[in-house]
Amino acid sequence: MKTKDHHPRVRTLLTVLATAGAMLACTALEAGAQESRRRRRGTEEAAPVALTPEQVNQLTKIANDRKLNVDDLLASAKTYMPSGRHDDYVLFSSGGQSGQIFAIGVPSMRLLRSIAVFTPESWQGYGFAGDKDPVLESLKINGKPVNWGDTHHPALSETKGDYDGQFLFIGDKANARLGVIDLRDWETKQIVKNPLTISDHGAAFVTPNTDYVIEGGQYATVLGYGYAPPEEYKKMYRGMVTMWKFDRTAGRIDTANSFALELPPYWQDLADAGKLASDGFFFINSFNSEMAVGGIEKGNPPFEAGASKRDMDYLHIIDWKKAESAFKAGKAKKINDFPVLMLDTLVAEGILHFAPEPKSPHGVDVTPNGQYMVVAGKLDPHVTIYSIEKIKSAIASKTHSGTDEYGVPVLDFDAVMEAQVELGLGPLHTQFDDKGYAYTSLFLDSAVARWTLGGEYDKLNAEQPWKLVQKTPVQYNIGHLCAAEGDTVSPDGNYLISMSKWSVDRFLPTGPLLPQNFQLLDIVQPGTVMPVIYDSPIGVGEPHYCQMIKADKLQTWKVYPEIGWDAHKQRISPDAPKKGDEGVTREGNKVLVKMTAVRSHFFPEHVEVNEGDVVTWRIVAAETAQDATHGFCIGGYNVNLSLEPGEYTEFTFVADHAGTYPFYCTEFCSALHLEMMGYLHVKPKAGAAAPAPEATTETASKK
Amino acid sequence: MSGFLSTLIGPRVPVEELRAHRVRYLTPTLLFMAARVLLLVSIFFPYWHMELEAPQYPDGLYLTAYVNHLTEDVKEIDGLNHYIGMRPLGEAAALERAVAIWAIIAMFLLVEVAAFIHSKWAVLLAIPAITFPIAFLVDLYYWMRTFGLNLDPEAPLSSSVKPFVPAVLGEGGIGQFKTYADLGTGYWLAVGAALLTVVGFYFHRRAYRPLYLRMKQAGAAS
Repeated sequence: MKTKDHHPRVRTLLTVLATAGAMLACTALEAGAQESRRRRRGTEEAAPVALTPEQVNQLTKIANDRKLNVDDLLASAKTYMPSGRHDDYVLFSSGGQSGQIFAIGVPSMRLLRSIAVFTPESWQGYGFAGDKDPVLESLKINGKPVNWGDTHHPALSETKGDYDGQFLFIGDKANARLGVIDLRDWETKQIVKNPLTISDHGAAFVTPNTDYVIEGGQYATVLGYGYAPPEEYKKMYRGMVTMWKFDRTAGRIDTANSFALELPPYWQDLADAGKLASDGFFFINSFNSEMAVGGIEKGNPPFEAGASKRDMDYLHIIDWKKAESAFKAGKAKKINDFPVLMLDTLVAEGILHFAPEPKSPHGVDVTPNGQYMVVAGKLDPHVTIYSIEKIKSAIASKTHSGTDEYGVPVLDFDAVMEAQVELGLGPLHTQFDDKGYAYTSLFLDSAVARWTLGGEYDKLNAEQPWKLVQKTPVQYNIGHLCAAEGDTVSPDGNYLISMSKWSVDRFLPTGPLLPQNFQLLDIVQPGTVMPVIYDSPIGVGEPHYCQMIKADKLQTWKVYPEIGWDAHKQRISPDAPKKGDEGVTREGNKVLVKMTAVRSHFFPEHVEVNEGDVVTWRIVAAETAQDATHGFCIGGYNVNLSLEPGEYTEFTFVADHAGTYPFYCTEFCSALHLEMMGYLHVKPKAGAAAPAPEATTETASKK
Repeated sequence: MSGFLSTLIGPRVPVEELRAHRVRYLTPTLLFMAARVLLLVSIFFPYWHMELEAPQYPDGLYLTAYVNHLTEDVKEIDGLNHYIGMRPLGEAAALERAVAIWAIIAMFLLVEVAAFIHSKWAVLLAIPAITFPIAFLVDLYYWMRTFGLNLDPEAPLSSSVKPFVPAVLGEGGIGQFKTYADLGTGYWLAVGAALLTVVGFYFHRRAYRPLYLRMKQAGAAS
């Protein structure tokens, strides 16, 4: 009798097919289920507003009680952020003499956080990690601690001329240093000291793909920290610009592949890299082409007068691709062990040209298409616009009006100038939008000028090209200004910040030292509509420049990727103590503490050392929850760390004072935060019963 | 074929009979096959979820149990649980999780074998697959209860949080946390497998019982 259900191979095939089908179906089902589970707590979208007469009455009453006019109501509606709603933009602002960077949300203008760069900052645990703190070491200049910076110009890293949200650079004017910040964790990763000059100004600016970070100098000195008396100014003093090579993979400036250009001792000022049409060039303004040496005390004209005599200074036009080739061809000389392309090389290779510019100008800003360079007059009521096409053909045809004292060819002004627009008094800096407008800060007029660009921008607005359209008063003495992505190849045309230097009467008086005033302007409407919609006091330093990036471009980590993360190296550290591996070990007078911190205890809680021991302390925050940050301080030993979730830190100190030192968590972490503490016991030398036996090991008891 | 063995595995179906009533004999086979597939697939999907809500966790905390492992915010939940003296979740149902995959494969094979057995004894082989969803829930409840009721009396918050039985399904609460627990796709697949097996047996009995009785009669007659 033949008995067979059906073919076994068919059965297997059916099973496999059915399994695959079921897997697919269930995967789709599961994805939907997950989403709906997570969405249960999603932010609620606001329903469209339709005010009832009763609500209109309420609003009117509030406005009248608080003495607000309709413009004020509109301004508050444009800037108010309901709880939990995120800002559209992040403003990265220089923090001036605070040596920090401030991150501010736009349009709410709420301070999100500061980023310590050149100044130790205790909340971030920046510079408070024991005796040989790596931050403090990196801030030393000639062996001397220089624990502050005058941060001036932040520069976001760019890809094809657009912000990519990966890195942030900032210059320290006082000490000619650059800071490199990684925007995954918003922390400073590198401090680079310029080997040629003590102070600078034209930093930081990046080339369109962040191949180089440009650091222009300012006050001429003898390069390489040398000495010469002012009588030898023209002979010995020099300006410079440094091209710092940026290694994006390492997230560090590659000093070994960086170089500088020697420049005449004019005071180089702000810089901007060319892009698109002007890619391969960068531009630096200068003043004091008079080469005044001051000496008011000897009856000479002071710098302020001597450096402002001439009607024209020099716009520096630098072909950096040629400079890079010359550097790679070995044409640089070493000064203070740093490669410098000397002036004669720059002239011979056609790397450096000048164009006359009126008069002691401040900012040079390249239009989004790279076609025009806008130079703001400072002591001249115009902005002067140069065309890259005209510059290129003048260079090619050698249309020079002469050379300067150092043999640098000076291009003929009329051959390279495209237009001049009279804006008002004290034009300083220019930014751009998407409607063919440029915005220039007017320091003396205390105003922001909106004016039209020409060329391909002409069709984007109703006005004639190269014309002033509107001047909005700001309070007061505006320095830099910043429009949303307003110095990139694609400005957003959304918001504009006036970085007003004086606030005078804008806020409650805060003693004789008053905050700066960051003012938000709405630049969405064309023409003459350009109101100030928010005033924000900055009471931490005097910021200079800032940049505004679309918030969704930032790929910020919520917590460190893994527990045991070395934030300096941006990788997990093999030295990070693991749970169950904690303890205190000793070798001679060297003590190693391995500690974990997790809500709400340190492990171990007692650490015993002998007076004079060299203590290396490794501590890791074994946390993964967002915002579950711990602090760690040892009072009296100048230690305070910020241990963000997953972060690992090592510090070393000499326990040179006997006693009992409580250590505790300095960042409120949990309901039992106050209990998150322990004791460092430093046993006095005299009290030590016997000399410490060599290479013994004592491990804290483990559970 | 010995009498005992044929009583145990039941009669084989003559080819003519199979051809004549293809649907009758194919139905239980296909149902069992579907059950096995669902059971196997369930390994890859979550059986149980818990969401914990508290003001300082605006995105919530999530716990997801597969038959053999726990995922999502286990570390954070363990961290919080230490305050009330609850043991780490990884220590719960360690044996069950270790053998779960093999157990499911065994159930898969048993149902496969059951399809070949055309007597009532086939049911015995399918009992694990049929009772598995209930066993899972009972085990889950057992561990939740054991963990909830055996809090470390030396824990930081033991004076303010008393032993409790967490809600295995639906809404519960502890401290500032609200908990919501529900069953996942994997669990429903296992339930589907159990139901298909039960239904399969209805058709199994309808197909094979007459054959079985006939075989018995024939046996008694000979």
